[in-house]
Amino acid sequence: MSDEIRYSKDHEWVRIDADGHAVIGVTDFAAGQLGDVVYVDLPAVGDELTAGTEMGEIESTKSVSDLFSPIDGTVLEQNQEVVDAPELVNSSPFEKGWLLKASFEELPEDLLSADEYRELTQS
Amino acid sequence: MSASDLRSTPLEQVHERLGATFTDFAGWRMPVRYGSDLAEHAAVRTSAGLFDLSHMGEIHVRGPQAGELLDHALAGKLSSMSVGRAKYSLLLAEDGGVIDDLITYRLAEDHFLTVPNASNAAADLAALQERAAGFDAEVRDASLETALIAVQGPASEEILVAALLGADGGTEGFTAEDLAALRYYRALAGTYRGEELLVARTGYTGEDGFELYVPNELAEQLWDQLTAAGGDRLTPCGLACRDTLRLEAGMPLYGHELSLDLDPRQANLGPVVALRSKEDFVGRAAYEAADPSVLPVLVGLAGEGRRAGRAEAAVRTPEGEAIGRVTSGALSPTLGHPIALALVRPDLAAVGTPLVIDVRGKDLPVAVVELPFYSRA
Repeated sequence: MSDEIRYSKDHEWVRIDADGHAVIGVTDFAAGQLGDVVYVDLPAVGDELTAGTEMGEIESTKSVSDLFSPIDGTVLEQNQEVVDAPELVNSSPFEKGWLLKASFEELPEDLLSADEYRELTQS
Repeated sequence: MSASDLRSTPLEQVHERLGATFTDFAGWRMPVRYGSDLAEHAAVRTSAGLFDLSHMGEIHVRGPQAGELLDHALAGKLSSMSVGRAKYSLLLAEDGGVIDDLITYRLAEDHFLTVPNASNAAADLAALQERAAGFDAEVRDASLETALIAVQGPASEEILVAALLGADGGTEGFTAEDLAALRYYRALAGTYRGEELLVARTGYTGEDGFELYVPNELAEQLWDQLTAAGGDRLTPCGLACRDTLRLEAGMPLYGHELSLDLDPRQANLGPVVALRSKEDFVGRAAYEAADPSVLPVLVGLAGEGRRAGRAEAAVRTPEGEAIGRVTSGALSPTLGHPIALALVRPDLAAVGTPLVIDVRGKDLPVAVVELPFYSRA
């Protein structure tokens, strides 16, 4: 379970790293829909996250979208690399383009598996 | 509108094969990007881009009084334009608002082609047909049978010449010298595989480039021919980069900088309205009666950083007074900083005036700058 990526209906992904923290990013599907990402506005370290509520913004050349937290938790770290080079969200959405690390107690039950998320984005 | 109600261009299969992301634009299923819209934008600035613009309208006006009809129907003077030229003009409502902005080509003494925006093509057609009453001229809509392919960017001429005049180019009526000598806002008519082809040196990107009008059934062949001739120097481009390209070039987009509720003078398009060179035309009386000096005026705004003020964002003075709104805005791919077109109070429109855009609750300091934001060397 620990290395399995889970997905929110809002197109964020979560995986649990070796320290037991949640790593959060946006999916390749969302990145593809947005177009080239030019700016990310992330919550500050220490900010509380609430699953399903707005935690920041992501801008592409054409549009602005809200980022929704997939979990309840507390921000531990921003990915400074993606703040400096937002195009990492497009080029490496699941690896270098991660957005946040957060502490959490438990993951929401309604997060989707890879298969469920694929079904959502193909419908 | 469901997907099945959308119109598709004759190049839809090509876009599918190229892996385009599609968007609903003015009732058409159009490619918004094929890969990266920033890369597509850069390709047009540095080499060349290939666009499917078949959603644009094509309305033919033919007859002995075609020029007079257009002088009456449009705000510009078209009857004195020579054959082979193109003119940017406005279609005004009776009350002086803008129904559309369009380019009109004179193809022959008695034959004009006018090109509306896709979103306004039906309204333009209705207005032209209504305004044609009493003129010896016929208005015919060819929008659904005509494809429009644009090649834009500094390498356009070379690619176009290679594509149209290379081995099995399929064209008649064009020479490499003619195409090279074709000036901006001029057009050449000839044939492509036996059908009419109009090659115009026009565009909406701020770069050199061409727009090719061809019957639907030849669109894919022409696209493939351009692609083969262009090789790595020609990148298929979607509507996303078309918008950032035109914005950098300071060109208005109908629905943003122009609308039924705006006076053309607010968008600095007063010179497009021919008050001196012709008599009455639809919208003239209201236009002349209006006093635009008190109305908000379109300016360019530029700031720093990576956040952009988008359409409808409020514009304020540094002291917080609301004085206008953004009509179009983006992080400029070429310049690397945010740019915006905005309607602001006329006393705050001077270049250098410091203003603030409300970017979703956060202040973005900007200044009024000269337009265009970008012009080619």
